[in-house]
Amino acid sequence: MDWFLANSGQVFTLAGQHLALAVLPMVFGLLISIPLAQVARQSKALRSVVVTASSLLYTIPSLALFIILPTIIGTRILDPLNVVVALTIYAVALLVRAALDAFDSVDEDLRQAAVAMGFKPVARFLQIDLPLSLPVMFAGLRVVSVSNISLVSVAALLGIGNLGMLFTSGLQRDFVTEVVVGIIAILILALLMDAVLVLLERLLTPWTRAGAAPGAVAARPHAGSGASPEKTGPAAAAMRLSDAQAGGGGA
Amino acid sequence: MKESRPRALGRRAFGGLAAGVGLALALSACGGSSNPLSSAPATGGASTGSGGALVVGSADFPESQIMAEVYAGALNAAGVTASTKPNIGSREVYFKAVQDGSVDVIPDYSGNLLLHVNKDATEVSAEDIAKALPAKLPDGLAVLDASKAEDKDAMVVTKATAEKYQLKSIEDLAKVCSEIVVGAPATFAERAYGLPGLKKNYNCVPKKLEPFSDGGGPLTLKALLSDQVQVADIFTTTPSIADNDLVVLEDPKNNFIAQQVLPLYNKAKMTDKAKDALNAVSRILTTDDLINLNRAVSGTQKQNPKDAAAAWLKDKGLAK
Amino acid sequence: MSNVITDTFDWLADPAHWAGAAGVPARLAEHLQYTGLVMLIATAIAIPIGLYVGHTGRGRVAVVALAGALRALPTLGLLTLFVLLAGIGLMPPIWALVILTVPPLLAGTYAGISSVDRNVVDAARAMGMTELQVLFRAEFPNALPVMFGGFRTGVLQVIATVSVVAYINLGGLGRYLFDGLVLSDFPQMLGGSLLIAGLAIAVDLVLALFQRLFLSPGASSQSNRSRQAAVDLTDPVTAEAVVKGGMS
Repeated sequence: MDWFLANSGQVFTLAGQHLALAVLPMVFGLLISIPLAQVARQSKALRSVVVTASSLLYTIPSLALFIILPTIIGTRILDPLNVVVALTIYAVALLVRAALDAFDSVDEDLRQAAVAMGFKPVARFLQIDLPLSLPVMFAGLRVVSVSNISLVSVAALLGIGNLGMLFTSGLQRDFVTEVVVGIIAILILALLMDAVLVLLERLLTPWTRAGAAPGAVAARPHAGSGASPEKTGPAAAAMRLSDAQAGGGGA
Repeated sequence: MKESRPRALGRRAFGGLAAGVGLALALSACGGSSNPLSSAPATGGASTGSGGALVVGSADFPESQIMAEVYAGALNAAGVTASTKPNIGSREVYFKAVQDGSVDVIPDYSGNLLLHVNKDATEVSAEDIAKALPAKLPDGLAVLDASKAEDKDAMVVTKATAEKYQLKSIEDLAKVCSEIVVGAPATFAERAYGLPGLKKNYNCVPKKLEPFSDGGGPLTLKALLSDQVQVADIFTTTPSIADNDLVVLEDPKNNFIAQQVLPLYNKAKMTDKAKDALNAVSRILTTDDLINLNRAVSGTQKQNPKDAAAAWLKDKGLAK
Repeated sequence: MSNVITDTFDWLADPAHWAGAAGVPARLAEHLQYTGLVMLIATAIAIPIGLYVGHTGRGRVAVVALAGALRALPTLGLLTLFVLLAGIGLMPPIWALVILTVPPLLAGTYAGISSVDRNVVDAARAMGMTELQVLFRAEFPNALPVMFGGFRTGVLQVIATVSVVAYINLGGLGRYLFDGLVLSDFPQMLGGSLLIAGLAIAVDLVLALFQRLFLSPGASSQSNRSRQAAVDLTDPVTAEAVVKGGMS
């Protein structure tokens, strides 16, 4: 505790860097995977290619990706951009499948109704598909958020500033306190991000609280894991997603 | 809910989503402005003009981080804005970082630096190394004056092991080499003073190399004390050598050549003012200073490298 | 870039990298040994708890909350902590990985049990089965496919995270990543990554095959609902089905 108080400035700086490195890929991942999922929905073959590719991407160990990216995209080796790009790749791998599930979770009757009401495809997507798929999308985002925040720390091995630095420094100096502070700070960061996402989802999907809308279940991915089989699409999707953290992401 | 037209519903929700993305961007932007994403472009010689802020990097062990803070502190005190980028990695990694301008200055060790740029270097003395080094550095890189402070890799054993095998020097070790497990950073396998050097100079091929990622830190020490490894590569300025009564094996064949602490820098952004500030540090830095600084940071005190560096600079009158 | 790729294949093709204690077969064996050990301990912890919680419904909230919180734990931090506290050697890093592996296994077991049709459970009770019989004769067999899905996910996660133990002087394929890192040897790192990714895919295929051969035939439709992170690559239809699983 004393150490934390004496070094709180440093911890907060690292936490800020950590947050930036975790959040940016989420945003980019979202922006890439939504259109990608839309394209993938066009045909079965395309869809299985996208799904398979996203699974494959997830088997690449993150440390390796951090190091190899500079050779591929021509950045400098200490560029935090490498971490952002690497985590964006993982985020896309996860979110594209979340997005597919999310769009699947939209009731086909609703879509038909929208067509009957004269919605053009783009308007229908923006005003029907996208908002109604938000609950499942958010389940995916929350998984990405937790996984990213945990993964960013690996980048400390390459001298890219974040809370993981407390682990490398703690190890080199035989200093348990520093490591514990790092772990707690990361947990707090993950909780905060999760709370922000939950709040954001509530703001964006006011209708889910109005009644027994399907999204309500998906709003809690972890609780979703316990969903009984009768639960609707989003619950199952969320349940599957909540474990998608497996794979290269871990390393 | 039933009455609300999809159009209205959709619009509100989508507006919210856009706001959400905006919020997330803003969040990340304010986290980033303090560091990683903004500091990286700023280090590029191309994106900002020369004479701007300098970035001092460090290797992946505490002493290097302390020296980076010492350099940065001295630069700032002299009116040259400097920040640090600690824990970049091994020389194989940070040398490239200096070359590509990711960092502008880094504390280094003369002998190993020379061996990095010239594998076949035969110089052993501090003077010869200092003379040979500048010509061997690639274009764009240079070193400043070397300090008197020295920190070498050394073959270290416990007192018990030394007595058991009658070890005083690496020559003695060579006789029992095949039974010996060495604990060292993974780089030891390929560095000139590492396994290749032991073989060439002492005809010593250890049974095994146990790689450790803590730069001769607590894990290496634990492994040595528990006899999981019999010999460890520990830096000579590490306080744990004296604290644990460890024996540093003599090196009559100069496998470990002289290692003076000195700044390696990229010429692109270096100014005379900055050079003077760094040379002032090198003029007074001693080996004992290194040991004391290491003790403050890695010993029971666990001082932040930056604070330890600041205290030293103040003590020496290099900063207020 | 292209020469990094060819260098990597040269590295992989070099016979010197396939022999001895640092050779690929030895590293692969270490990698599988750590993975097996972690899975063994984690399964031994997660399955009984998952069965209990799934069957009784007691402690559901606690398990869900704990599993969620544990997911956020950074591997590197936990690894460092355990090694600093418990010292070097095989077990401290293994325990750190066990802690990270229990949550998905626990969630899988628990989800499996609670996904069993309540009518089946009620019928079993009506037949006069004891609670233990209900659990092991009715719920467990029906939950197996979903549970196995959780297990597969767990194995893949461990294969990837076991790479990190090389940071703490253990072996495994992760050694190539860390040795390559400090030596700035891209081909070695990339080669190591390819081996790890290849291992993950191969193991997943074996598990998928096992699932198809040994789990009850009715399982195949249910397994769509199981949570596989990787998809059976040999069979695009399965890949399709996994995604469709969300629609149930």
